This record gives sequence, structure tokens and C-alpha cells, in this order.
Amino acid sequence: MEMETTISLLDIRPLVPELTMICVGLIVILLDLIVRKKEVVAIVGIAGTLVALYGTYKLYGFYEPQSAFSGMFVLDGYSNFFKLIFYLNIILTICISFKYMAIEKASFGEYYALLMFATTGMMIMASAADLIVLYLGLELMALSTYILAGITRKRQRSNEAALKYFFLGAFSSAFLLYGISLTYGLTGTTNLREIASALQTLDLNGSPIMYLGLIFMIVAFGFKIALAPFHMWAPDVYEGAPTSITAFMSVGPKAAGFAVLGRVLFGAFAGMQVQWASILIPMAVLTMAVGSIIALAQTNIKRMLAYSSIAHAGYMLLGVITGTTGGLMSTVNYLAIYLFMNIGAFAIVIMLRREGFQGENIEDYMGLSKSHPLASALMLIFMFSLAGIPPTAGFIGKFYVFMEVIKAGYVYLAIIAVAFSAISAFFYLRVVMYIYMKDPKEEVVLTRSPSMSIALAVTAMMVLILGIFPSFLLNLVRYSILG
Amino acid sequence: MPGTYIPSEYLPVAIIFLFAALIGLGALVAGLLVRPRRPYVQKLYPYESGNPPVGEPRYKFSVKFYIIAMLFVVFDVEAVFLYPWAVAYDKLGIFGFVEMMLFIFILLIGYIYVWKKGAFNWE
Repeated sequence: MEMETTISLLDIRPLVPELTMICVGLIVILLDLIVRKKEVVAIVGIAGTLVALYGTYKLYGFYEPQSAFSGMFVLDGYSNFFKLIFYLNIILTICISFKYMAIEKASFGEYYALLMFATTGMMIMASAADLIVLYLGLELMALSTYILAGITRKRQRSNEAALKYFFLGAFSSAFLLYGISLTYGLTGTTNLREIASALQTLDLNGSPIMYLGLIFMIVAFGFKIALAPFHMWAPDVYEGAPTSITAFMSVGPKAAGFAVLGRVLFGAFAGMQVQWASILIPMAVLTMAVGSIIALAQTNIKRMLAYSSIAHAGYMLLGVITGTTGGLMSTVNYLAIYLFMNIGAFAIVIMLRREGFQGENIEDYMGLSKSHPLASALMLIFMFSLAGIPPTAGFIGKFYVFMEVIKAGYVYLAIIAVAFSAISAFFYLRVVMYIYMKDPKEEVVLTRSPSMSIALAVTAMMVLILGIFPSFLLNLVRYSILG
Repeated sequence: MPGTYIPSEYLPVAIIFLFAALIGLGALVAGLLVRPRRPYVQKLYPYESGNPPVGEPRYKFSVKFYIIAMLFVVFDVEAVFLYPWAVAYDKLGIFGFVEMMLFIFILLIGYIYVWKKGAFNWE
């Protein structure tokens, strides 16, 4: 390995979106000290994200891979597609949190800065072609989200969520570092591409220690994605964190986790597909089972959506298990669809929160259709989509994952997944049943704001459009992964 | 015979142990003989100038201590990064210089932030 230590200014070019996010995050911190109106700070955050988005697509193009810092950081279609997910995630999160954070009496400017830093961490993860860079991005994302989970610091639940998330996150980081050090010890490199060639030349594909290192890394990613049996933190953290952050966390870190899982498994350990599939298959089945079955017993909608998000992670994992590019594409496609339907569902949950009313119980939705037909119809769309009922996008997501799983020869996995999908329909449809078929217990007043309406309109429209015309997103995914 | 092996090369180590014990004991004994003896309550506490050693285990510290400690760590780590940079300054050149200035600039923003937030006000 040649030691190339010179760093040129050209290396900065692929990093412009990340640097933009960091710079705007810093501006947001300073602006927060001067400006009293937090809306201004939030708008600066959105504007900065849009600039970064512009940077990602106009400056570099979508299809030409570039690398920087001696191949430690890559800019390719795969990372760019994930960055699109992260941008949409942060913009939609900011839109739904405007008014909510004011009700929670936690409208701090730091909130927006931390969202931006967490997103930068995810972007670095998606672009990481080296285990060290991957770890760096993961920690930036994780540290920011720990604080965000506890940002409503007067609420004990929120504090509990932040602490739990921090301890388990730190624990999983240790696992990741163990895995990285074992990999480095065997292959002598942390670069994913060089690991892949070292596995071939040193004939390490059957090495038990390499297997152990791989298991450690999968455990660490499993924590971030909330795969059973490493999902324990998710329901408590999702319930305790402010709802807007729950929406942010259930999409962003999960997508980032899948980005690195795909990159590491397909980029470095492609030759060990048999081994990692043997770990991931039981994990996926368990994840789907835990998510679908425990969600049946939930009375708190945030907890229910937490288990639902665990179950969805299980479906997404199926695409990775196949080890085929098609499978990876179906996972990425599912993630993009999940972004819209999940944030949409959480947006409705946020609307029920008002001064002096939590609105987190599923019973609070009783008879919502009588007083608020539009919001009820939107919730119906999101619940149908999460359950995977056509013509919503959720169906398309599941359909392509299952199709790729069958193509790769894991028919029994597809059957198990469909069975759990049917079970999970029960608790999604229960919410719809409460909304449409029960009489209202008490008057429900929804908290409205223009930004919330925009977020709801975008998510609901995307869920329907992608459900009816899925080819647009599928083509985008195909181009970004295959080039 | 394997049972009676005496590792004579470790004799100096044994002598060092002996001397260490002698010096330690000697210092204590000498202090006992020479020093003036004026005991009072605070002095007899295990930690002379700290908190009373007996009390509720969940004694609340002021959060200010934590903030000061955290800020210390941040700026201490900054100094730790500055040393290797200074040593390798010639090799890193102008790029390293700009990089380090950016690093300090970001920390400066953090400094302004904590200052404005009043983290340095004790009262």
C-alpha cells in the first residue's frame, strides 16, 4: 500500500454538499443567538439543505462516480440516492416540527443545527468507502440524534429516551470497532475495495475470524437499523423522543444504516454472501416477527409505529440478503417509499398534539373522520401504505422486495414475509377502524400550520403517485445503482 | 532439578522492592518524628478540602461543574490536535495550515455559542 499523504484542494469538490450542510449548521447556531424568531432559523436550515441538494445534483451529476482522499470517500449514484433520501428526510422533518416544537416548549435553534449535523453524518456514511470514514459519519449522526432525542429536556421520558439511545448506541459503536479491528488485522486495510481484494488474494472467505469480524459489524449496523434481537431500544426511544424526532430517526439513521450495510456487504464482503446471509436470514425473520406481533398489543401510536418500523426493517433486509444487485435496488426503493409513508403517518400523529393534550393513544383517533375528514383520509392512505395495500406505494415496495427474494431462490423467506405482512395489516387497519367506525369520545382539535400542510401534501401525493406509477422511482434507483 | 531453580537474575528486582519498601516506610517514620501535630476536623477528613465523606450517595452536584468540565475537555482536545499539527507543520504545508485554521474557527463558533448562552457565568 503506497502512503499518499498529499491532500489536494480537488479532494474537497466531492465533499461540497457535506461542507454546505456543516457551514449552514454553524450559521444556524450563530443565527440562533441573534434572531429571536425560530422560524427564521428553520428556514435557513431548509435553504441550506436545498443548496446542498443543488450541490449534489448540479455540480457532480448523478451518474459519474468520483472519489476523494485516496479513495476513502466516494461520490456515486448509490450515495447520491441515499443523500436524496436524507435531504427529503430533514426537510420534511423541519416542516412537521415548526409548530410542534413550540407546543413542546422546546423551540431551540440548536434543534435545526443538530438535524443538519445528523444529516451530514448520514451523508458521510452513505459516501464512506473506508471503515474509518464510515465510523466517523456514524458517530456524527449518532451523537447528534442522542441529543435530539432528549431535546425536550423537561420531559422525563425524553431524557430516558436519550440516555437509553446513548448507552446502546455507544455499545454498538464498540461492536463496530471490534469488527473493524478484526477486519483490519486480517486484511491490513480499512478500505472497502482493498478488503474485497484482500479476501480473494489471502483466501480469507472461509476464515472463522473474518466471519467473527463480519458478525460484529452486522451487530453494530443491526443496532442502528433496529433489527431484532438488537431492537430493544427502539420502542422506548421512539416513544420518549419528541414525535418529529421519532419521524426523523425512524427514516434517517435507518436509511444510513442500510446504506453502509449495503456498501460493506456488497462492496467488501461480496465473496462471503453465504456467510452473511446465514446471519441475516434468522435476523430478518425474527425482526419481522417481533415487529408485527408485538405491535398488535400496543395502545400508544408512537410505540406501535416503532414496532412497525422494526417490521419494515425486516422486509428491507430481505433485499440485502439476496446478495444480488436487484435485491439491493429493491431495498433502496423500499427505503425511499418508507420515507414518505412513515413521515406522513408521524405528521398526522403530530397534528393531534396540542397544548395540554398528548394525542398519542390509538383511542384518541376514535371518530376522527366525523370532525376531520381530510386528515382522516390522509391517515388512511398512510396506514394502507404501511400495511402494503395497493394502490399505495407501500405495496410496490413490498412487491419488489418479495419478487427479488423469490428470484434469488429464497421462496420460503418470501412466504414468511407475506405471512407477517398479513399479521401487521391488523394493527394498521385497527387505526383506520378507530377513525372511521367508532364514535368520537371527545372533540379532537388538530394543530395546523402551513408547513405541516405542505409536508402532508407532499408525502400523501408521493405515496399515491409512487403507488400508481412506480416506474419513475424504480428507474431512478436503477440508474443510481447500475449507472 | 526443576523444583529448586532459583532465578538469580531477578535478585536486583527483589533488592529494588526491598529498597522501595524501606524508603516508603522511612519517609512515613521520619515524617511522624519530625512534623508538628495540629489536628482539626477538616484535616482529618479523608479528602482534605473536598466534600464531607459521609452523606447521601445521590448528592446533587451543581450542573455547572459538568459544563465547565465538558468545556475543558473540548478545548483540551483542541490543544491535543494542535501539537501533532505543529510538529508536522513543514510537511503539511499551506493546506494543513488552512485546515487547522478552519478547525480552530469551528471551535471559535462553539466558543461564541457557549459564551452567549452564559455557560461561563457561575451565578
